[in-house]
Amino acid sequence: MQDYDIVIGLEVHAELKTKSKVFCSCKNQFGSLPNTNCCPVCVGLPGALPILNKKAVELVIKAGLTIDSEINNLAVFERKNYFYPDLAKAYQISQLVRPICIGGHIDLKSRRVRINRIHLEEDAGKLVHSSQAIGTLIDYNRGGVPLMELVTEPDITSADEAVEFLTNLRQRYIFADVAECKMEQGGMRCDVNISVKPKGSNVLGERTEMKNLNSFKSVHRAITYEANRQIEILKNGGKITQETRKWDDNHGKSISMRKKETSQDYRYFPDPDLLAVEISHDEVETIRKTLPMMPEQLKERYIKEYGLSEYEANIITKDKAIVDYYNKAISLYKNPKIVANWLLTDILSKIKDEQDSQIKISPEDLARILTLLEQSKISRTVAKDIFAKVWQDSANVDQLAKSLGGFVDDDSLQNIVKNIVENNQKAVSDYHTSETPEKVFRWFVGQVMKETKGKANAQTAEKIIKELLK
Amino acid sequence: MKFEELSLLEIVDLLHSQKLSSVELTQYFIDRINDRKELNAVLEIYDDAIEQAKHADERIKNGFRGKLAGVPILIKDNILFKGKKASCASKFLENYVAQYNSTVVDKMLAEGAVILGRTNMDEFAMGSSTENSAYGNTLNAIDPMRVPGGSSGGSACAVRAGLCPVALGTDTGGSIRQPASYNGVVGIKPTYGRVSRYGVVAYASSIEQVGLFTKTVKDNAYMLSILSGGSQNDETSLKVEVPDYLAQIKGNIKGIKVGVLKEVSDAVKGLDVEKTYFDLIEFLKENGAEIVYTNMPHFALTLPCYYIIAPAEASSNLGRFDGIKYSRRSVTASNVDEIYVKSRSEGFGKEVKRRIMLGNFVLSSGYFDAYYNKAKKLQQKLKKEAEEVFKSCDVIILPTTTGEAFEIGSKTQDPIAMYKEDLFTILANILGVPALSVPCGKGSHGLPFGMQVLADCLKEGQVYNVADYIQRQYGR
Repeated sequence: MQDYDIVIGLEVHAELKTKSKVFCSCKNQFGSLPNTNCCPVCVGLPGALPILNKKAVELVIKAGLTIDSEINNLAVFERKNYFYPDLAKAYQISQLVRPICIGGHIDLKSRRVRINRIHLEEDAGKLVHSSQAIGTLIDYNRGGVPLMELVTEPDITSADEAVEFLTNLRQRYIFADVAECKMEQGGMRCDVNISVKPKGSNVLGERTEMKNLNSFKSVHRAITYEANRQIEILKNGGKITQETRKWDDNHGKSISMRKKETSQDYRYFPDPDLLAVEISHDEVETIRKTLPMMPEQLKERYIKEYGLSEYEANIITKDKAIVDYYNKAISLYKNPKIVANWLLTDILSKIKDEQDSQIKISPEDLARILTLLEQSKISRTVAKDIFAKVWQDSANVDQLAKSLGGFVDDDSLQNIVKNIVENNQKAVSDYHTSETPEKVFRWFVGQVMKETKGKANAQTAEKIIKELLK
Repeated sequence: MKFEELSLLEIVDLLHSQKLSSVELTQYFIDRINDRKELNAVLEIYDDAIEQAKHADERIKNGFRGKLAGVPILIKDNILFKGKKASCASKFLENYVAQYNSTVVDKMLAEGAVILGRTNMDEFAMGSSTENSAYGNTLNAIDPMRVPGGSSGGSACAVRAGLCPVALGTDTGGSIRQPASYNGVVGIKPTYGRVSRYGVVAYASSIEQVGLFTKTVKDNAYMLSILSGGSQNDETSLKVEVPDYLAQIKGNIKGIKVGVLKEVSDAVKGLDVEKTYFDLIEFLKENGAEIVYTNMPHFALTLPCYYIIAPAEASSNLGRFDGIKYSRRSVTASNVDEIYVKSRSEGFGKEVKRRIMLGNFVLSSGYFDAYYNKAKKLQQKLKKEAEEVFKSCDVIILPTTTGEAFEIGSKTQDPIAMYKEDLFTILANILGVPALSVPCGKGSHGLPFGMQVLADCLKEGQVYNVADYIQRQYGR
């Protein structure tokens, strides 16, 4: 393997997060009953015509801006013609000559991966292989779902890099809120183009393509397998044939599907039913303004402005849901460091324990707990209790604060301390005479805590004790 | 009363004033269609036609005065009317039932029309003689030995034979105007996008338009105002206001600049239409029009341009007829590939297959630039030339056909000869401009032919004004 360079290019499909499909007003929704999100347009009835969903174009522009693409001022839809039962019209509306986004890049740890383009197209339906008696059925719900296809330059050199790239890209799409990228629902799929060449050679080898890999794990396995397969062939003096191969995840190997000679001629041409899409500079700039910060930018901000450690910033920015939660919480309770602390130690550990990514306490409730704590209205112990109870049964924070013995307010605390001091005059004199008054002071604090069942705010209690012992 | 001799406007009057009921009128035309079955102009009379007419009468009684209240109308077999068959005169769609209404049908229904039935055509609108129908050819309404033209031959024949006052057609390369010419009726192809294509089975999407046949130009103008208008279901439909075309007919042509193309004047030499063409120009001049002699150097290339663009789009548009979903599936197919190959081989007629193959060829990699792209560039060039012409002309006059209707079977073995039928009509489709054929003269066998009036995009009013003048004054 060390004697060869691996050259990888990816084509990544992601379903856009729109309410309706790309060329009709049917719902873009996963998991509906078969053929319920369908209309004359998306099942390709004769005479039906596509109407472009402008929102889909907007989202692709947004996706492009996250990877520094140029946005074409004129985008054109073309027909890609081929026959397959899941393709209702026998052509897919896609883009060839004038895609929405051109160029761009993503920087990995080891290198920059250049992006060739992102274009907008429609997804196909789905074949459902049923019993032998019924045969194969077609569900057109997915037909016409907006899909963006990103194509990289062949800049990726290993399976690890491919997965790093995909992870990074997925994060950007999710952060920009353009796609949900739910791999298990086919929301993000990947085609891998791969070739190998003798180390350092400038001549690219013949490539093979593996289509529709739907998990990062299978991308990694498929690349590893296919690179090894090609290298073995070359080592044995053989030749690689350009072909499309199918990755069989169950058996962990790739199988030849279609040779180059029999490859399809898609007969692309501009779709006469759709107008070319003009995209103005202003429009792009307006969209750019709506672009949220990407993980890298957020990390920098968290460290520089909020004083988080790199470790903390890294963990929070890994997941958009956590970032959204964190940002909301610190808008309500303005101490980012404390919020981060709770988020990492309390929330994330709970999530880990429960193996359920849902955060079961609202940022509002967390902020309320932290505020009560800061105002010394509850003790740290009570705060943790409330947190646990809210997490468990989403109870009301303020009611809990009261019912858990509530918080001991300053006046009550004053009285409690006063009583303890009055009833323990010996200790008072010990405090004034002892060589270790600190020890006696601690005893008083202990008494207060005992009396209040730990609900007193320690700091306030200490302040009052010091005051009364003077 | 002989209702077939009345104009659409007269019929609307009778219906509005309740001197005539829609049921009576509809039954009258149903009887006429049945009496003239040998013409094979109408493929189906909808079984609820009388029901529709009763409903229209009811509405009229209650004060409804829709512009087409109670008027029976025939539509070409490629226009969808929900719940009714639409076969495109193809075996492939023999039992296909429309699942939704086309925009034009909706518009007519909104005005109270009775959609009477569907008319014969060349399969998928590919042809110039209605001989390519899977349901038998239609006869010329005047001479049963001759073709009615095509592809909207059924609609043209029906209007001429008095089977309905108005019929809809589609025009991709002359499919309304050429049969109008051969049957001695008025037919218009409006500006591209003037009428929505939603719900019309596509042949060549970028150049085809829905249009209509009537006996008079005025009827035609009245009707086009109803069919026109942008649709939210059709991006290519023009979202511009629809004028009252009837009101734009002024009754005179004083000062109107009539363009005469050098290339056309050269091309008509020796043709049956030559004398009429030059006579008409002389007539227009004598009646106050200003004749502008101009040219369009690439005119001769409109024919090859069309026979690249149209088949290319057709090859893609007809892909959906694959035997999988709604078109007829071959009974001998045993796997997916066979479903495609056998269903399409059995379902499509010869001319349709020819054009699909032509289209696939011009779009295939390695030939795309040489054919499709070149044709598109040529189209741009022609549009530039037209832009120049329309700077100095209000309308252009062209013959519609080279002469009168030809004999049945005389061109079926020679596709090129058949394609040449479109010599004068294709220009308007390539440019996207409105063009109307108005009956103008007679050929050596005493059969009619028409002349075309073209104008710049959205200038249908101008077309109607000049055409109306020709229809009422020329040759009288």
